[in-house]
Amino acid sequence: MPSFDSSLSACLALLALWGLIGLAGLLRPSSLRLVGRTLFPLGALCGVALAIVAAMALARPPEEAVLPLGLPDLPMHVRRDALSSLFLFLLGTASAGISVFAAGYFRRGHGTSAGLMCLQYHLFLASMGFVLLANDAYTFMVAWETMALSSYFLVTTEHGIAEIRRAGFLYLLIAHVGAIGILLSFGVLQGGSWQFTFEAMRHAHLAPPWAAVAFLLALLGFGTKAGLVPLHVWLPEAHPAAPSPVSALMSGVMLKTAIYGVLRVAFDLLGTPQWWWGLVPLAVGLFSAVYGVVFAAVQTDMKRLLAWSSIENVGIIFAGIGLAIVFNGVGMQSLGALALIAALYHSLNHALMKSLLFLGTGAVLHSTGERNLGRLGGLIHRMPWVAWLTLVGALAMSGLPPLNGFVSEWLLLQSFLFAQDVPRTFVSMMLPLGAAVVALATALAAYVMVKFFGVIFLGQPRESGLARARDAGVLERLGLIWLAGGCVALGLLPAQVIRSLRVVVQQLNGAVLPNVAAPWWLLVPLPGGRASYSAPVFLVALAGIVVLSAFAVRLVYHRRARRAAPWDCGFGRLNARMQDTAEGFGQPIRYIFGTLLAVKRELPSPFDQSPRYRVVVGDRLWQSLYVPLGALVQRVADAVAWLQHGRIATYLLYSFVTLIALLALML
Amino acid sequence: MKPIELVTQALELIAALATAPLFLGWVNRCRAWLQNRRAPSLWLPYRGIRKLFHKDAVIAENASPIFRAAPYIVFGAMLVAAGIIPSMGTRLPFTAAADAIALVGLLAVARVFLSLAAMDIGTAFGTLGARREMMVGFLAEPALLMVIFVASLISATTALPAITENLATQALGLYPSLAFTAVAFTLVMLAENARIPIDNPATHLELTMIHEAMVLEYSARHLALMEWAAALKLFNYACIGFALFVPWGVSTGSGGPLALAASIPLLAVKLTVAGAGLALIETLSAKLRVFRAPEFLATAFLFAVLGLLVHLLLGG
Repeated sequence: MPSFDSSLSACLALLALWGLIGLAGLLRPSSLRLVGRTLFPLGALCGVALAIVAAMALARPPEEAVLPLGLPDLPMHVRRDALSSLFLFLLGTASAGISVFAAGYFRRGHGTSAGLMCLQYHLFLASMGFVLLANDAYTFMVAWETMALSSYFLVTTEHGIAEIRRAGFLYLLIAHVGAIGILLSFGVLQGGSWQFTFEAMRHAHLAPPWAAVAFLLALLGFGTKAGLVPLHVWLPEAHPAAPSPVSALMSGVMLKTAIYGVLRVAFDLLGTPQWWWGLVPLAVGLFSAVYGVVFAAVQTDMKRLLAWSSIENVGIIFAGIGLAIVFNGVGMQSLGALALIAALYHSLNHALMKSLLFLGTGAVLHSTGERNLGRLGGLIHRMPWVAWLTLVGALAMSGLPPLNGFVSEWLLLQSFLFAQDVPRTFVSMMLPLGAAVVALATALAAYVMVKFFGVIFLGQPRESGLARARDAGVLERLGLIWLAGGCVALGLLPAQVIRSLRVVVQQLNGAVLPNVAAPWWLLVPLPGGRASYSAPVFLVALAGIVVLSAFAVRLVYHRRARRAAPWDCGFGRLNARMQDTAEGFGQPIRYIFGTLLAVKRELPSPFDQSPRYRVVVGDRLWQSLYVPLGALVQRVADAVAWLQHGRIATYLLYSFVTLIALLALML
Repeated sequence: MKPIELVTQALELIAALATAPLFLGWVNRCRAWLQNRRAPSLWLPYRGIRKLFHKDAVIAENASPIFRAAPYIVFGAMLVAAGIIPSMGTRLPFTAAADAIALVGLLAVARVFLSLAAMDIGTAFGTLGARREMMVGFLAEPALLMVIFVASLISATTALPAITENLATQALGLYPSLAFTAVAFTLVMLAENARIPIDNPATHLELTMIHEAMVLEYSARHLALMEWAAALKLFNYACIGFALFVPWGVSTGSGGPLALAASIPLLAVKLTVAGAGLALIETLSAKLRVFRAPEFLATAFLFAVLGLLVHLLLGG
């Protein structure tokens, strides 16, 4: 047995434990009691333990091991370093909240039996962990594919519904296109040594064009998983189709494995990236950010809205990575560190807030059976816990201070502001414009979140059935509180988080942010008094003034208030149907960004007996890119269909001819 | 923290709190003059606020705590914002905790809570107003951020007092980029403060209203706070404009109490001129259809981006 260092073996043991918990679900597959009350909470404890182990191991030197598993001559290499520790921490923290929530969530029978789902769910978790620990291409691809397959089965949990099967198929298809990109990238990265361990790849000296090819292939492969536009089409289909805890895992955690992959290839395996490589993720990321948030704003299905918002956030993360590569390539390492910290910080933030929001929608879905925003409303009165905790996530997602979304936005904007110093004239002029795009995307995100929260939780219930909605159970609340607490903590303690991220940045970037002497509550990313921010002081000031003004008003005046019906402008009794709908809330966006969207409208004529207004917003890229591509594939398939007769003799003949041809080629 | 810093900070907060309604009154008075109406008293906004505080609040039956908390949050956010903007002195200790980006974030906090409160009752006007406010906001916010970025690129910092200090102490240099951004800022200020041509502060029940639609359900002390917050917002925007485009006369680094005292009448002069200018713009322009608002704000955004490009091309 190879010797294990403590934290790596602890991580592996916890991942194995997840696998065991999953298998235990098969003991009594139909028992919700076993799965819900025992296994999922155990899985959550595992997640907490993983987060603790990873957090403690963050600053420790890298550890490697060779597992005597797998094929005879292909042992599995694993390695835990700062980068994988950070993402393991993210996996542990987010999955702990999600698993606790899931423990209370899977109440009734879904399509798949509870035990099987438990296996798929924990296999999904463990495979994500192995992706982060893999130290050779084989292990990585096996873990990556296990992750894709287990999540595919989770997406198609309710396989009775045709739409969900279709979403699952699309997901599986595009996941494999992405996997091919990653595989090819590894093929280039080995650089002729035919050694597929990451260690060999680190030492392979690739010619610059080949390095660029490897980087772009990796970007293609991981970008597919991350949902970068135009490879995003599966994401708004697959993420909402899954049960909510799984959606949370996919959006919150699985997308981050793609971020991890890009960072691993670009900064670790390839060594020193060229500066212009960064322009690709930067441009694609910024475009994805705006594209994603515009589509999020016009959605009427709450989970789809969140899925599109994930595309926006991934875009912002990729923009940060791209900016870091540009800075590094031109030798501005400490600014590269700043951009990288912004990207990593946003990854952590997004993992927590998106999981929180998805779980919030899960609770709403469970209690009302409704995903359509047009049939919700007023739930803050029926489900106060879910509403208030979701509000934390929504405010964080809107990038409002003093919550966590603001911190990463602030860091990213700061790094964009420095881009004018890049010694490439044209680029240095274009880069600060990226700040404009980030600002637009963040402001639009606030629009989306006001729509999301306002339509679901505020106003009057749009359906009579909503009066029966009940608040989430204890376990579900616990999961939501965990994630909301994480959002608040990441928002209030940015200086501490960044200090922990320094190790990761040091590993990736070579250089770190210069140390600035500042008190614990003050965030000063760079020396020279350029910028500082303090979330605790900000919060205390804002809360202090709010509380003071409330007291002052009560002391000086009075607190008399009476309840009355809402004012109806003299029109008569208002009803819930007079409220703005989700479609209505998206109308300005449809109007302003009409060119991006493929809007189909059905307007009633004045003579219709039962007038119907319908608007369907389609993805223009789907129609202009994927539909022709599908048709092309179909045509090619039709053209070669004559090869297939179904007669074995013919197929044997094919094999024979191929063999002869190959022999002729070789000899 | 030196005493003068605390004094400056306190002075800024108190001045904003006390004179914001007066500034609003002044703008209204100028508007009335320009429109050949008999002008209302300068003190009318104060009387309005006092009257509202004395009334009994009427709250809709289905209002949630968000509805009741929003006036305090919006008011608090505007007051905190006043503490960030160097209107009289640049030595504001609080600005170490919140720079210009945080200021924009603070304005966003106020906007989001105002919109959420408007959606809370679930009336047609409330949600309509919230939607429009957010539409104006998501276009105006990046434009404002770009305006601030041009100034921070010139001064190599995002701390607002440092920007003001840098711009104020330099020889009267002309920044072509700031000219573009000043236009952009004026457009943003009009839109964000519900002024003509985007919204009409004088209407109270009109299909095209934005701000008034959102506060339609509020009464008494809540409405008073909302109105006060709106006045503070206008005051804050004016002060952001002064800090970026006419920073002269602000008490800077070495200035003692005398310099601080001297900056008070200067601020009054600036506000008087700005209020008259605002009234003039409002009188000269016609209200746009709501559908035209995006174009108006896109123009602002493009002007700000143009300013950024000019800065990067000409280097200042």
